[in-house]
Amino acid sequence: MIALDWYLALSAILFTIGVIGVLTRKNAIVIFMCAELMLNAVNLSLVSFSAHLGDVHGQILVFFSLCVAAAEAAVGLAIIIAIFRNNLSVDITRINLLRW
Amino acid sequence: MESISQLLHFFPLIIVTIGSLVVMMVDAFSKDTAKLYYLSVFFLIAALAASISDVFGPAGEAFYGMAVYGGTSAMGGVIVLLGTLFVVLLCKEYLTAIKHHVGEVYSLILFCTVGMLVLVTANDLVTLFLGVETMSIALYVLAGLIKRDKAGAEAALKYFLLGAFATGFFLYGIALLYGAAGSTQLTAIAEVTDGGLIYWGGLAMLLVGIFFKISAVPFHMWTPDVYQGAPTLITAYMATASKAAVIVALIILLGRAFPDIHSDWAEVFQVIAVLTMILGNVIALVQDNMKRMLAYSSIAHVGYIMVGLVAGTAAGYSGVMYYLFAYTIMNVGAFGVVAYYERQKGLDFTNMENYGGLGYKQPMFGVAMSIFMFSLAGIPPFAGFIGKYQVFAAAVYEGYIGLVLVGVITSVIGVYYYIRVLVYLYMREPESDTVFQQPGMVYKTAILVLAIMTIYFGIQPGALSEIFTQGFEQLQIMAATGR
Repeated sequence: MIALDWYLALSAILFTIGVIGVLTRKNAIVIFMCAELMLNAVNLSLVSFSAHLGDVHGQILVFFSLCVAAAEAAVGLAIIIAIFRNNLSVDITRINLLRW
Repeated sequence: MESISQLLHFFPLIIVTIGSLVVMMVDAFSKDTAKLYYLSVFFLIAALAASISDVFGPAGEAFYGMAVYGGTSAMGGVIVLLGTLFVVLLCKEYLTAIKHHVGEVYSLILFCTVGMLVLVTANDLVTLFLGVETMSIALYVLAGLIKRDKAGAEAALKYFLLGAFATGFFLYGIALLYGAAGSTQLTAIAEVTDGGLIYWGGLAMLLVGIFFKISAVPFHMWTPDVYQGAPTLITAYMATASKAAVIVALIILLGRAFPDIHSDWAEVFQVIAVLTMILGNVIALVQDNMKRMLAYSSIAHVGYIMVGLVAGTAAGYSGVMYYLFAYTIMNVGAFGVVAYYERQKGLDFTNMENYGGLGYKQPMFGVAMSIFMFSLAGIPPFAGFIGKYQVFAAAVYEGYIGLVLVGVITSVIGVYYYIRVLVYLYMREPESDTVFQQPGMVYKTAILVLAIMTIYFGIQPGALSEIFTQGFEQLQIMAATGR
């Protein structure tokens, strides 16, 4: 039996990797992947809390969060395609029409 | 059986859900977009009537504590539906003029409203999460409505990427609070008041997610870009209904899940309120683009609203509700007038420099714009003043005098950029002799009604603010008894 702390630590590390990725990467698709990594890190926390507490609600919430992530991916990739058609690039440093 | 009878308390939500599906199906089989407009207006009016009758109905919990109804929730529903209804009324003419009158807009707006109505009834972190996401995903699409427009696509991308980022924090907060309290229900979370790192970390992450959605400084970066790039009336929708929904959800969250640690979160809220008021107002001073100026002004308004949340009393929360109501009507009006100017040919009428002499070209819109601007600036006797007075008075009563002082000083700074619009409208020479297209009957009437409401609720705030106070007291009684 692995203690709860280890799962939470792994989840926190994955979440941090996701945050760092969102903040440092330049490609819109990679940024989006990092945001998805954050969501999946949270799912890990939820499942481990759920198992630890012996309560099923956490696992149900994971299903909701998976659905939301899927819907977000559908909308997000469509937006990224629209950006690519307009700019021929998904590099966010070159998408800078709106500022200040 | 009990849950079926509880459905009766959620009529507005049911009507809008059915409405959005009907509009989507009719859109698939019919070429006539005007029909969708009438259908959406019909469903929204029905939902608004149902939610107004809910305000005077009973309050309580439903669906095994997943949702609350009546009281604050019903009023939140009224504010959201009122904002949505006026945006949809104005939408048809505006979208036709910019050649994007497509049927999807109506079903997306209705889907988004479903999310907002779930949000204002959320009594569980799961419901809260679903409401926020239903609303946001529809808004990402609406922001990028004009996909060939570079600025529009860019706005959608920024909104989406930062929104997905904030969702991560929001969900992590929910997970940690679930771990600390062993339940996602707000009343169960209220029983825990110190669960160590997991509890405080969870609360912080959850609030980061919410602050992002209401664009409080330092989580406001997306607001000006998205508000400028999105189609103007969609911006009006984002700035009013979505913010109102999230703030009502925040009131329910703070009032039901964290009432006992008020002194702890109030400190954080104070700092953020001060930053938000100062930054929003100061940067708005130098904006020339109307939509960007209104975006920074909406950031500043969130700061004033947070002053009311800091107070944390029934008076403070009901002041916030009044503020949201006033903010919704005057901001939809202001964006409506900007949308009317914007679609005139010749010059870029989102730029304030080109507003010279416009007040005389369309006297009714000039006067309406003046009313909205005075109200946004918080000058009596308009609704915006009463809202601001109520939140500040509640905070002073609780002893947050320094905070209110910052609020008053920043709103004086704010007067400059609102009045500047009027200087352009009435005291400058026109930039060109563009002949203005006449607005349609519905457009004119909607703006006129909004202007009249702004004046009426500034002169007669009594009845409405009493209803808001009673609503919050009901919520508190429910929290105290756990039911």
